[in-house]
Amino acid sequence: MTEEMTGAQALVRALEQVGVDTVFGIPGGAILPAYDPLYDSTKVRHVLVRHEQGAGHAAEGYAQATGRVGVCMATSGPGATNLVTAIADAYMDSVPIVAITGQVAAPLIGTDAFQEADICGITMPITKHNFLVTEADDIPRIIAEAFHIASTGRPGPVLVDISKDALQATTAFSWPPTMRLPGYRPVTRPHSKQIREAARLMSEAKRPVLYIGGGVHKARASAELAELAELTGIPVLTTLMARGTFPDTHPLHLGMPGMHGTVAAVGALQRSDLLIALGTRFDDRVTGRLDSFAPLAKIIHADIDPAEISKNRHADVPIVGDCREVITDLLAAVKNEHAEGRTGDYGAWWTLLNGYKSTYPLGYDEAEDDSLAPQYVIQRLSEIVGPDALYVAGVGQHQMWASQFVTYDKPGSFINSGGAGTMGFAVPAAMGAKMGRPEATVWAIDGDGCFQMTNQELATCALEGVPIKVAVINNGNLGMVRQWQTLFYNKRYSNTDLQAVRRIPDFVKLAEAYGCVGLRCERPEDVDATIRKAMEINDVPVVIDFVVHKDAMVWPMVAAGTGNDEIKIARDMAPVWDNEELL
Amino acid sequence: MSRHTLSVLVENKPGVLARVAALFSRRGFNIDSLAVGPTEHDDISRMTIVVNVAELPLEQVTKQLNKLVNVIKIVELDPSHSVQRELTLIKVRADAETRSHVLELVQLFRARCVDVATDAVTIEVTGTPDKLDAFIRVLEPFGIKELVQSGMVAIGRGARSITDRSLRALDRSA
Repeated sequence: MTEEMTGAQALVRALEQVGVDTVFGIPGGAILPAYDPLYDSTKVRHVLVRHEQGAGHAAEGYAQATGRVGVCMATSGPGATNLVTAIADAYMDSVPIVAITGQVAAPLIGTDAFQEADICGITMPITKHNFLVTEADDIPRIIAEAFHIASTGRPGPVLVDISKDALQATTAFSWPPTMRLPGYRPVTRPHSKQIREAARLMSEAKRPVLYIGGGVHKARASAELAELAELTGIPVLTTLMARGTFPDTHPLHLGMPGMHGTVAAVGALQRSDLLIALGTRFDDRVTGRLDSFAPLAKIIHADIDPAEISKNRHADVPIVGDCREVITDLLAAVKNEHAEGRTGDYGAWWTLLNGYKSTYPLGYDEAEDDSLAPQYVIQRLSEIVGPDALYVAGVGQHQMWASQFVTYDKPGSFINSGGAGTMGFAVPAAMGAKMGRPEATVWAIDGDGCFQMTNQELATCALEGVPIKVAVINNGNLGMVRQWQTLFYNKRYSNTDLQAVRRIPDFVKLAEAYGCVGLRCERPEDVDATIRKAMEINDVPVVIDFVVHKDAMVWPMVAAGTGNDEIKIARDMAPVWDNEELL
Repeated sequence: MSRHTLSVLVENKPGVLARVAALFSRRGFNIDSLAVGPTEHDDISRMTIVVNVAELPLEQVTKQLNKLVNVIKIVELDPSHSVQRELTLIKVRADAETRSHVLELVQLFRARCVDVATDAVTIEVTGTPDKLDAFIRVLEPFGIKELVQSGMVAIGRGARSITDRSLRALDRSA
C-alpha cells in the first residue's frame, strides 16, 4: 500500500520504520523541510545539540552503548562539515552510525551555492558508504540501505546527503522498499577447514595468546570467548577497543597490550608461538614496530573484514567471519581435538606469565607533595562506582589511565575513541550513551584539554534531562603531549600549558552556568566524598573538577617507532626478561 | 613489483569512478592505466585497471576495492589468457619527402593513417603496450608533434564470461 507524501515525510517515516528512537542534530536551511514532519513524530525524539560534532559523537555513544545504529542530522555546508570529525572517528572504530545531511537543491549542486559543500566527496574516504539523494522516490530505499550497510558486516558510518528539492517533492511512500546492493555481501560464516586448522594449532602450541579486539564485543561474543578461554586455558589480552569484553578480574586475563599495555600482555605477545587474533587489526599502537612484533608467533587471524587479514601481519590461518560464529565453531573444533586426546599444555607458559603479572603489576607513584595523583582518582572512581556503570573517556593520559585503572568486568562498559584519537569525544558520547541506556550510570572521564573542546553539550544534557557525570582529570596541561615533550623533547613544553592556575575557565562555575552541579576536589582525602556526592545527584548532570598534579606519566610505555621489546615500566626502567630458557 | 591487470565490474552510477580512484590514492597504490566504459548490461560498467605492485599489496588492493559497495566483482586477467589492447593516436611530422617512409611503417605495424595534412599525418594504432612502444620509437626520428593514448582494455580468452554470474546477482537484487 502506498501513501502520497513529501520526501521529508517519507524520510521521517523511513526512520521510524527502521526503528530509530533518537536523532541528534541541528536544523538549518537545506535540511529544514525534514525538521517539519520530525516535529510531529511521536516515535523519533530529536535532541537539539549545540554543535554538530556533538551530534556525531552522541550518535556514536548511543550506538556503542546499545548496539543499535546511532543517528545524527545536520544541514548542508558547515553543518555537514562539522560532522566530519565524528564520522572519521566512527569509521576508525567501526561504529554504526547514519548521518543525514541536507544538501542544496539539485539544480544548484555544483554552482557554489550558499551553504553548499560536497559532503559526499569530503566523506568518501571516512565512510563505509555514502549516498547523494536527489529524488524523493529514492529516500525510503536509500534509508533502508544506509541502515543495513551501517549495521551489518564490519559496522561503520554511512552518510545520506539529501537535496532540499528531494525533501520538498511529492512521492508515493511504501514500506518495506526493495534494497539494491548487488556489490554488498558481507561474509559471516567462517570456513570450516580454517577453523579445524586453527584448533589444531591451538592444541599444538606451547605459548598461545588470545589477542581480542573490538570485533568480539561488536559480535556480542563475550560469553563464547569466556567459554573458549576457560576450555583451553589460553591467556587473554583485550585491546583498548575490547576492554570489558573479557573480565579484568578473570585469572586468565593479562590486561591490555600496546603502547601503554601491561608488561604481562606485551611480554606475552613478544614470546608467544601462536596468536589467536579475533576481531582485531594489528594496529600500530598494539604492535609497535611490525618487524619485531611477536617474532616467534604463528598467526590465526579472524575478522569480518577480509581486508584486515594479512594487511599488517601475514596470517598463517586466515578466517573471514563474524566473531561469534568464529568462536562458536572454534569451540566445537577444540572439543573435537580434546576428544581425540589433543589438549594443549601451557603450564610452563603460565609460570612465565604469572611471573610477569606479579613482578610488573600496573602501578603509579603518589605525588611528591600532597597533591592529587590522577591515577588514584580514577582507581577510586572505579572502586566506588563499580563495574555496572558505563565509562566514557576522551583521548590522552586520562584515557589510558581510564583503561588501566578502571576494573572492567562487563562487555561494552568502556567507550572511547581508539583509532582516530579524537579529543573532545567524551562529553557528547557520554550523553549519547546515557540516552541509549537511561538506566545505566554513565561517567565521562575527561581531560581538561578534551573537556574544553566539546563541553557545550552539557547544556544539551541539562536541558534534555540527561544526567551524565563528568570527572575532569584537570592537570592544566595537554598531558599526553606534555609527557612526550618530557621524554622526547628535552622538557621543552611548547604550547601544552593550559594555565589552569588562573582557572580560566573555572570548571565549577562553567558547570553551574550550564545548569549542572559543579564540584571540585584537590586533595586525596576528599576524593571518596566528592565521588559519593556526585553519585547522589541523579536529576542533573554533575561535573567534578579533579585538580591533579601535572607531572604524572602513563606507564608502561612502548615509545612510538620502537619495538614492543623496548617497553619501559618507568623512565629509563625496562623489565627484566628472565626465564628466557623457556623459549 | 609487477604489472597486474584487473577487470572491475561496477554499478553504473555517478561517482563510482571517483570512489575507485580515491581509494587507490588514499591507500597509496599507483594506477598505471585506467579505462572505463559500458558493458553488455546497462546497469554495469567495466573498469580495466593496470597496477604496478607486488603480490601482497595487490591482494590488499583487491580486498579494499571489494569493500566498495558499488563494486560487484574483480577479476585479475593473466596476460597469457587474455587479449589486452591500448589505442594510440599519433600526429607525426611528414612532408612530401618523408611521408612515404612514415606510411611504410604504418603498414608494417598494421596501423592506420586517419588524417593527412601537408606536413603531418595522424596515425591510429592498437595493440599491446610493447607493440605501441616499439611503434612510437620508430616514429620518433620523424618528429612526434602530439600523442594521445587510451587506457588498456582487456578481455579473457575462451567462451567463458566474467559478467554472467554478476548479472545474476544484479537481477536478484532488482
